[in-house]
Amino acid sequence: MSNFLDRLNFFKPADVPFADGHGVTRQQDRSWEDSYRRRWQYDKIVRSTHGVNCTGSCSWKVYVKNGLVTWETQQTDYPRTRPDLPNHEPRGCPRGASYSWYLYSANRVKYPLVRSALLKLWREARKTRAPVDAWASIVDDAEKAKSYKSKRGMGGFVRSNWDEVNEIIAAANLHTVKRWGPDRVIGFSPIPAMSMVSYAAGARYLSLLGGACLSFYDWYCDLPPSSPQVWGEQTDVPESADWYNSRYLIAWGSNVPQTRTPDAHFFTEARYNGTKTVAITPDYSEVAKLTDHWLHPKQGTDAALAFAMGHVILREFHVEKPSTYFTDYCRQYTDMPLLVRLEQRVDGRLVPERFLRASDLGGLGESNNPEWKTLAYDQNTDALTVPNGSVGFRWGEKGKWNIEEKDSAGRETRLRLSLKDQADGIVAVSFAYFGGTENEYWTESKFSDVLERNVPVKRLKLTDGQEWAVATVYDLLLAQYGIDRGLGGANVARSYDDNVPGTPAWQEKITGVARAEAIQIAREFARTADKTRGRSMIIVGAAMNHWYHCDMNYRGLINLLAMCGCVGQSGGGWAHYVGQEKLRPQSGWTPVAFGLDWSRPPRHMNGTSFWYFNSCQYRYEKLGVEEILSPLADPARYTGSLVDYNLRAVRMGWLPAVPQLNTNPIELVRQAEAAGVSPVDHAVARLKDGSLDFAFADPDAPENFPRNLFIWRSNLLGSSGKGHEYMLKHLLGTRHGLQGKDLGAGGAKPEEVKWRDEAPEGKLDLLVTLDFRMCTTALYSDIVLPTATWYEKDDLNTSDMHPFIHPLSKAVDPAWEARSDWDIFKGIAHSVSRLAPGVLDKVKELVLVPTLHDTPNEISMPFAVTDWKKGECELIPGKTAPSMVVVERDYPNLYKKFSSLGPLLDRLGNGGKGMSWDTQDEVAFLGRLNHHVSEPGISEGRPRLETAIDAAEAIMHLAPETNGHVAVKAWASLEGFTGREHTHLAVGKEHEAIRFRDIQAQPRKIISSPIWSGLEDEHVSYNAGYTNVHELIPWRTLTGRQQFYQDHEWMRAFGEGFMQYRPPVNTKTVKPLLGIKPNGHREIVLNWITPHQKWGIHSTYSDNLIMQTLSRGGPIVWLSEDDARSAGIEDNDWIELFNVNGAIAARAVVSQRVMNGIAMMYHAQERIINTPGSEVTGTRGGIHNSVTRTVVKPTHMIGGYAQLAYGFNYYGTIGTNRDEMVIVRKMRRVDWLDGEPEPTAAKEVVR
Amino acid sequence: MNSLNTLLFQIFPYVTLAIFVIGCWARFDHGAYTWRSGSSQLLSDKGLRVGSNCFHIGVIAILCGHFVGLLTPHSLYVHLISSGQKQLLAMVAGGVFGGICLVGILLLTLRRLNQPRVRASGSGRDTAVLLLLFAQLLLGLASIFVSAGHMDGAQMEKLAEWAQHIVTFRPGAAAYIADAHWIYKAHVFLGLVLVLITPFTRLVHIWSIPLGYLNRPYQIVRRRQAALDYAKR
Repeated sequence: MSNFLDRLNFFKPADVPFADGHGVTRQQDRSWEDSYRRRWQYDKIVRSTHGVNCTGSCSWKVYVKNGLVTWETQQTDYPRTRPDLPNHEPRGCPRGASYSWYLYSANRVKYPLVRSALLKLWREARKTRAPVDAWASIVDDAEKAKSYKSKRGMGGFVRSNWDEVNEIIAAANLHTVKRWGPDRVIGFSPIPAMSMVSYAAGARYLSLLGGACLSFYDWYCDLPPSSPQVWGEQTDVPESADWYNSRYLIAWGSNVPQTRTPDAHFFTEARYNGTKTVAITPDYSEVAKLTDHWLHPKQGTDAALAFAMGHVILREFHVEKPSTYFTDYCRQYTDMPLLVRLEQRVDGRLVPERFLRASDLGGLGESNNPEWKTLAYDQNTDALTVPNGSVGFRWGEKGKWNIEEKDSAGRETRLRLSLKDQADGIVAVSFAYFGGTENEYWTESKFSDVLERNVPVKRLKLTDGQEWAVATVYDLLLAQYGIDRGLGGANVARSYDDNVPGTPAWQEKITGVARAEAIQIAREFARTADKTRGRSMIIVGAAMNHWYHCDMNYRGLINLLAMCGCVGQSGGGWAHYVGQEKLRPQSGWTPVAFGLDWSRPPRHMNGTSFWYFNSCQYRYEKLGVEEILSPLADPARYTGSLVDYNLRAVRMGWLPAVPQLNTNPIELVRQAEAAGVSPVDHAVARLKDGSLDFAFADPDAPENFPRNLFIWRSNLLGSSGKGHEYMLKHLLGTRHGLQGKDLGAGGAKPEEVKWRDEAPEGKLDLLVTLDFRMCTTALYSDIVLPTATWYEKDDLNTSDMHPFIHPLSKAVDPAWEARSDWDIFKGIAHSVSRLAPGVLDKVKELVLVPTLHDTPNEISMPFAVTDWKKGECELIPGKTAPSMVVVERDYPNLYKKFSSLGPLLDRLGNGGKGMSWDTQDEVAFLGRLNHHVSEPGISEGRPRLETAIDAAEAIMHLAPETNGHVAVKAWASLEGFTGREHTHLAVGKEHEAIRFRDIQAQPRKIISSPIWSGLEDEHVSYNAGYTNVHELIPWRTLTGRQQFYQDHEWMRAFGEGFMQYRPPVNTKTVKPLLGIKPNGHREIVLNWITPHQKWGIHSTYSDNLIMQTLSRGGPIVWLSEDDARSAGIEDNDWIELFNVNGAIAARAVVSQRVMNGIAMMYHAQERIINTPGSEVTGTRGGIHNSVTRTVVKPTHMIGGYAQLAYGFNYYGTIGTNRDEMVIVRKMRRVDWLDGEPEPTAAKEVVR
Repeated sequence: MNSLNTLLFQIFPYVTLAIFVIGCWARFDHGAYTWRSGSSQLLSDKGLRVGSNCFHIGVIAILCGHFVGLLTPHSLYVHLISSGQKQLLAMVAGGVFGGICLVGILLLTLRRLNQPRVRASGSGRDTAVLLLLFAQLLLGLASIFVSAGHMDGAQMEKLAEWAQHIVTFRPGAAAYIADAHWIYKAHVFLGLVLVLITPFTRLVHIWSIPLGYLNRPYQIVRRRQAALDYAKR
């Protein structure tokens, strides 16, 4: 009753002593103990996870008590694996365990917020105007527009309400659609797999509106273009359990325990299993502590090490004592036996050209796509043969697209790897060499930039009447790797100690790795693979993929795996772990996310090119094309700036563009209809006469600006935004720390992209961010919408690290005024439909689509690259230019479309990766499950998509991975292409269908589907390429095989036909500032390395008090002891890091872990905590991307060429940033800029 | 003037005592986890050992002196010691322990105001209590000098009468203090204020001196309580 009165127990029996008075038994009240019991009591446990793109995808128990989330612990109920394989649990890490802190933290966004400068203008305009007119009156007035744009990032948020913000956003979107075109409304949200429904919410809204979704995987530079180049596959990797099946594990640039924490147990368990583990990282990273062997090549030189290891493996296991397993594997599964034409140059050189095609020899009996069918010599008949499986078999005919060892006539074949014994001659073939390229901060190895090596060839008379020498990829590859096969000639090595490009001795000078170690690891790796049939694996992280010449790093590794027969084998292969990219029920999700149930096609845009153009980063491009061009290419044919190549790619239909054309696509269709011609013909005619052009031809013209931008589930400006300061200046028009001058000051300007002397600032009219925490992006936005946390919404989550699908669940209602992403976009859609009548009714517009991978359009330009604009060919949409499709938009009905599943699925079916299947049964089922729309209108009778759970059910029921019936249909669809039986892979699970409540009860293992190249069954762990090898499904490349050789004209011109070492490029960002702004301390130049965090996942958790307590709290940069000493820096000193791109202020961590020459900053440490002012810029220190700028690469722009064809997040330019250098200097004055003027407008806005 | 005197020294003491008793009880029952001394030793122990010990030795001695001095009826000690002698004793003992306490509180105040970690984590109340105690100590020490002007002990007796009237609920207590020097009045008033604020501050820890530790057995066993019936809670 009362703590006090209960203590007044004077009349109770006295305490009883025992043990001679050394102890006593007391009668005192014990109810206080309940406090400690209650501390760990709770009302319920709800299953959820963290949508944070960490790939862990761990299921968590979220504890709720008194209506509040109190804490979380790891779930342990993953379905079991099988005997002799460790289970998946425990999965989790300290970051996830600290998440519940966010829900009720001061950093939580609690209400819809609008920057006061804008809200004041809006409320004033709304007094006299309708919403859309009110918005127009603000943004069309240059002075008013500037008044709020220049305040971005400067504070001044005030609380608004949902009705008001929805109206502002809807008005802005409608105005933009009407005035500039729907493709000026853009959304950025990454990694659907981490919360699919939330991604789908915004993407569905934008797609129905006609807006564009930006890709992220390529922008994050996590997409390894080498994967589509070699395999035609975005990225497919083994699940982490498969590490245990490996017998030789190399962690190459992947810090497994730190960045794959929940999976790391498989890595250590594999060691108990007898597996040897090796770490190859430039720093003494956490993974190095776990492994048996640590190699530390100088950062950026991994390709040289891989090249030398390939040299050792080719010599010992392919030439001297050939491994039967390796040669059989390479014969069937790689392009090694295929023939390549050798071009005879006027100067007498013989240079590898493209693959020999059936059409070169009159078709060889092939009438369908002979120009897309590659050739080889058959050992059985000694004749040329057309092996099955090349991309020519995929489209236009049925049943022969497989990699059985047969030719197209069905005869058994055994392809010849080498022509050495049948050669018509031995000729000297020229290979480009880049290892001698000078870079001040790396060691070059000087040789002639063209190396000739002897190769056995056959001579053939082709249909062009010329005699051509042809060689196999196998023979060319051995020459490229510098193997001496007794063919004579120069530039091949007899001994590993010869200093010839490719040898262990040669790499020693470049990488610093002792030759003996390179030889040892290569030999062990291959010997293990030989004995175990491919159980050697390389785990690789994005660190190596962030270099400009990342493709060389990656292809170096992939070559090792392919030449040892590891790809597609359990416990073997390429384990590239970056983002949480594996959206397992992808083909069920796509129609929901992109509104394909109502209108097709959606607008997709490759993120890197979008930012490169639209944040004006191209205006500062210092990397000349001549610096990266092959010495064997004709410089006269490769002129212009990098941005020109991107424009050409857009024009030829290779890459998408957003904004698309320099006119409103609604207006374009209206003009065509008024003139009585088809909109496509109208557009083609106007493009040809030049009165219409792509927006990218003049990106700085106001009609070509992106206008509205939504950012959700992302912290673009605090994390992934390469060229941060460029974005602040040009896209946002606010205060920035940019130091450099653009090319207007005497640089080589673009050739075809129009140069405007005046660079625009503040292109965006409206930036809306949805977040649960006040991140850097939110601080720079005009409107911040409070979204539900991961414990407050229902959603789906999958990962490439494990085979399960499991949910995010609403443990509690969203706190304060927060709403789930689904509800937020539904609300905006509702406002759009309310405001649209009279402003924008039903309209038609023209959507441009590039030649997409996995569609028949992927084979559009078989030989030479031809540009219609230069008169090299005719403009044919879908072939030499983007496809053009007229799409209807119905703005007053946008909400009805958003909240129901549309009729196109019944009519057109569903599909993915080139396959398609009927899905009427599934739609009918969803109508019964989610109920039908009963309100009259266009959606009446359709299945409801009212709630996030409705959307989740639709995704799972439409996808083969979560619905066995669909899986069987999908495999059957593939059978039509391959002519082989595949449905046995799914029939066992045909009647399984996973629903949302099922996965809330327990994570569920997905069903094997042809969308992915691995199997999920009871016998093997998921492993990439498994069905290619074991089901003989071709890789989706030109040859249908894994390609050592890339024969596209641009790949050859830019020196990447074969893999080799290319040193980092010179970004020229340091020289102009070195010693220019002295502060008295010594300046040193270091390479800028930005790996993943220990105390956060990207930017999340870095502002979490618990994680800050574990780390130093605030921005830190690691330096080596020697570098620190030479610059007079001691541990914990404040230092500044800067170059022409901007500046960062951080504290130094001086550690032996780091090698000399590196400044290492864990990426995405936000500028919102403990960041003082910069001495260089005068404004607050930036994020890690303040010193970077995107540099695009022409080879990533190629399209219309089988695997080299655009796909959303699949192929395209990537945002590289590792070649950057920074000036490092101790700070003299640490200024916290506390006296910044308070925005007065905030006080003036009255609620 | 007279009514103010009655308000401050006749009515206010009972208000103070009532709030003190009921407030402490309520806090003990309803804010059990706030019942603590609020030590900041974990954050910084620089200067704390000397300061805290000096302060506590001084203040405990002074408090005891006040209790004995003010509440012992005149008739009990008059045969042992004269009023004048008692006053001298009080002045000497008070001066010595007041001096020790002054050193302590000076150190504690400087620490609380200047140590950034202590300042950042302490509350305004903690600082206020310390400053009030400081002021009260200075007033008490000042009263020594006033007392030196009249060594006959008469004034002291009057103050004792006041105190004894208050605790024995007799009317007319205020009259004994009406013509005292303002320093005495201020000292008494501030003393009452300190009693008043006790339930709301860390001062509650004076109730919880762990004297039991001095002679308890090594092993304490708590008897099972069948009354732990969660349904009733």
